[in-house]
Amino acid sequence: MEVRVQNIRKEFSRFPALNDVSLDIRSGELIALLGPSGSGKTTLLRLVAGLETPTDGTIYFGDEDASRKTVQQRNIGFVFQHYALFRHMTVLDNVSFGLKIRPAGRRPSSAEIKRRAMELIDLVQLTGLEKRYPAQLSGGQRQRVALARAMAVEPNVLLLDEPFGALDAQVRKELRRWLREIHDRTGHTTIFVTHDQEEALELADRVVVMSKGQIEQVGTPDEIYDTPVSPFVFGFIGQSNILPVRIENGQLWIEDRSIGISAPGEKDGAAQLYFRPHDIELLDGCGGCIAGLVTASRRVAGTRHVELDIGSTQGKVEIELPRKRPQPIGHASHFARHGGNCSGTDHPPVDL
Amino acid sequence: MTASTRKRWQFRQPSVIPGFGLALGVTLSWLILIILIPLSGLLWRSSALGWSTFWTLATDERTINALRISFGTAFAAALVNVVFGVILAWVLVRYSFPGKRIIDAMVDLPFALPTAVAGIALTTLYAPNGWIGSLLTPLGIKIAFTPIGIVIALVFVGLPFVVRTVQPIMEEIDKEVEEAAATLGANRFQTISRVLLPGLTPAVLTGFALAFARGVGEYGSVIFIAGNLPYVSEIAPLLIVIRLEEFNYPAATAIAAVMLVISFAMLLVINLIQAWSRRRYGYGA
Amino acid sequence: MAHDIPDPAGHHGTSEMVRTATSESRLARYVLIGLALCFMGLFVLMPLAAVFTEAMRNGPGEFLTVLSDPETFSAIRLTLLVAVIAVPLNVVFGVAAAWAIAKFEFKGKAFLTTLIDLPFSVSPVISGLVFILLFGSHSLLGPWLQGNGIQILFAVPGIVLATVFVTFPFVARELIPLMQEQGTSDEEAALSLGASGWQTFWYVTLPNIKWGLLYGVLLCNARAMGEFGAVSVVSGHIRGLTNTMPLQVEILYNEYNFVAAFAVATLLALLALVTLVLKSLLEMKFSEQIAASRRH
Repeated sequence: MEVRVQNIRKEFSRFPALNDVSLDIRSGELIALLGPSGSGKTTLLRLVAGLETPTDGTIYFGDEDASRKTVQQRNIGFVFQHYALFRHMTVLDNVSFGLKIRPAGRRPSSAEIKRRAMELIDLVQLTGLEKRYPAQLSGGQRQRVALARAMAVEPNVLLLDEPFGALDAQVRKELRRWLREIHDRTGHTTIFVTHDQEEALELADRVVVMSKGQIEQVGTPDEIYDTPVSPFVFGFIGQSNILPVRIENGQLWIEDRSIGISAPGEKDGAAQLYFRPHDIELLDGCGGCIAGLVTASRRVAGTRHVELDIGSTQGKVEIELPRKRPQPIGHASHFARHGGNCSGTDHPPVDL
Repeated sequence: MTASTRKRWQFRQPSVIPGFGLALGVTLSWLILIILIPLSGLLWRSSALGWSTFWTLATDERTINALRISFGTAFAAALVNVVFGVILAWVLVRYSFPGKRIIDAMVDLPFALPTAVAGIALTTLYAPNGWIGSLLTPLGIKIAFTPIGIVIALVFVGLPFVVRTVQPIMEEIDKEVEEAAATLGANRFQTISRVLLPGLTPAVLTGFALAFARGVGEYGSVIFIAGNLPYVSEIAPLLIVIRLEEFNYPAATAIAAVMLVISFAMLLVINLIQAWSRRRYGYGA
Repeated sequence: MAHDIPDPAGHHGTSEMVRTATSESRLARYVLIGLALCFMGLFVLMPLAAVFTEAMRNGPGEFLTVLSDPETFSAIRLTLLVAVIAVPLNVVFGVAAAWAIAKFEFKGKAFLTTLIDLPFSVSPVISGLVFILLFGSHSLLGPWLQGNGIQILFAVPGIVLATVFVTFPFVARELIPLMQEQGTSDEEAALSLGASGWQTFWYVTLPNIKWGLLYGVLLCNARAMGEFGAVSVVSGHIRGLTNTMPLQVEILYNEYNFVAAFAVATLLALLALVTLVLKSLLEMKFSEQIAASRRH
């Protein structure tokens, strides 16, 4: 089901947690809400669920206004960060709970409830564990029970709050791939909250980057990484270096040197240049490059991290190179960005 | 590698902390002197009675009635305490209202107030001319000097056991669990009756068992309000005292032995509930 | 992090227009609070109020006269004496037991813990009876004690023994969970710095457990001063000699001297109230330094 969030504002005791947020989610989409803690991503998820009431604004499920419906009426599936399994119920009872409590008219027969629950338990690969209690399961298994329980009510939309946050790294990776598979098979519209950019970029069809109660950017993982629209997104997603520069006639300058990058259409004045460490090449002498002194060079798994000192006022820059290119410390180098133009930015006073 | 790496039976795991011998020695000798010797003295004395004498004494009609009254009233009082104790714990954990902190502290009054004081106070309230008794007498309800009076006293005495067992477990209920039930479509009543209360079962059972065990042995708060009519409102601990005053030590010993065995059985049940709860739900009540 | 932004209104936000998913309707709330308050009023607050009203029935003058009665005075003295002996004994035992159980791993530990809790599940009357059977004239020890002129029953030693029996677990069971939670790393650090065992206990362990210990002492003392059943069996009710305050209350009450009975009862009720106030203060201020378990 399509979910539309329109001009939502949410205040907690006058403190704005979300400020005029709008977002269209397509039916069947897997979408990530990504942001640092305090960005409002969990609040947005809970508003969609109906666990919070918006101060202002509307949420549509399809063409229906869902924002005045209670959480019970919205028919959503919610997977909580700590799973919130009912610890006195077996796996089977947990999964069938949502169907069992329906009023007599809408409740399937108990045989049907059991059949559907077992089907979901099978889908999440827990067959054989249906008689276990949550305390007798591993973290990853509990997570899957929580997902099966949420899907059992055939929700309009599936909402997951930091679904992998409480798991260790290995399990997290496995479950991530597995969630993608489940999503592709069942086709539920799914929204999940995460603070882990790798998780968001790997898993989601589209990523919503949030900061301070607002949406910074919505886009595919590639768009978010390759063409960030704001300094926040640039800084939050992936590694980046920042250099203070000056713009003169559409050209970038560091102190008194032109560095061979053009910024057409930007106003003259001071600006900041953002760039990714792996977008950089080391050159032995060139015109229009930045000169620096290698101060540290470490191999980290498949790449080499090189730190360059480019002069007292500019500080240090970290770049990433293929591991085959050792850089002796103390070596004077020049570096330049791959390709010609530049997508870096910043605010006051000038965007690049 | 020597053979000593083989795992051998060890009384205790090695530790650099000193004082194990001294601490355990003090503990054990004190325990044996104060608790174990006196208690085994009781069991030894009752076994010295011989089985047939013991059986005659234990199945004496007055004794049977006293035991029945003690266990029956303790059971009824524990049930009352489960109902109101759970409500009280819920109100204290979930709601805020003026005087809450005082009410919370007062839950422990039955622990702190000497039982004799509780006994005379309750008797004064529920006697036919007392504050509460005088309201009930016209309705034909008599509380003091009847088994209902015993239940009243045992409700007072057992209250903190249920509240203080259930309260901490209630405090730990994850808000997410309630929200999870709501997202699955459960209304508030269903959430409470099908998710929250069943999750509290081990704690409620433990609280019930503790209140029941305490009620069975209670003496001070009961004897004033009970009226102590043999076969009607005479509790087993009182009968022990009466037999002692008659210098009928064998009878006193026999009743005490029966009560002791049942108490130990209760203790075992409580431990089993907790072990079961830990195994299944992952928490001990 | 459970939520990005903590909801300061918490569970019970009333500012919300729509009722949140995790609270009851106002009516249900009021009904439950009403039930709880009625129950507390009926079963706890009214008995307490009755004690004070009954004691003051004939005015404060008679109240004071009754309290200055020499028998009452000797009952107060005996009660204090018993507490002064029994509480320290159980403190020593409690600290030793907690040290052994919390700081070491050994076979049979769970069983030992159960044994320590044993007096809680024994009727107070039986706690007194066991000492009658042990030291009475019919017992093995009885004739020997009599021959050597040692009086245990119907005298202070018997009362102390019964009180120690009844209050046996109080200090230990407050300290054991607390010390288990604290672990052994502080002690190991002190030992590694060259402290002796006693120095470690005195400068490291004791400061860590002092509030929990005080809490245990408080509860132990309340029970020691208020114990009725066990003491009643071993004391012999000799007026002015072996009557503790609770026994004095019983005797006065059975003599229909209600004002006097309630006057002595007020002192015990005040003791209970002071205990509760101190207990609440300790829980409020040092909750993390007192064992999490609030059960007794």
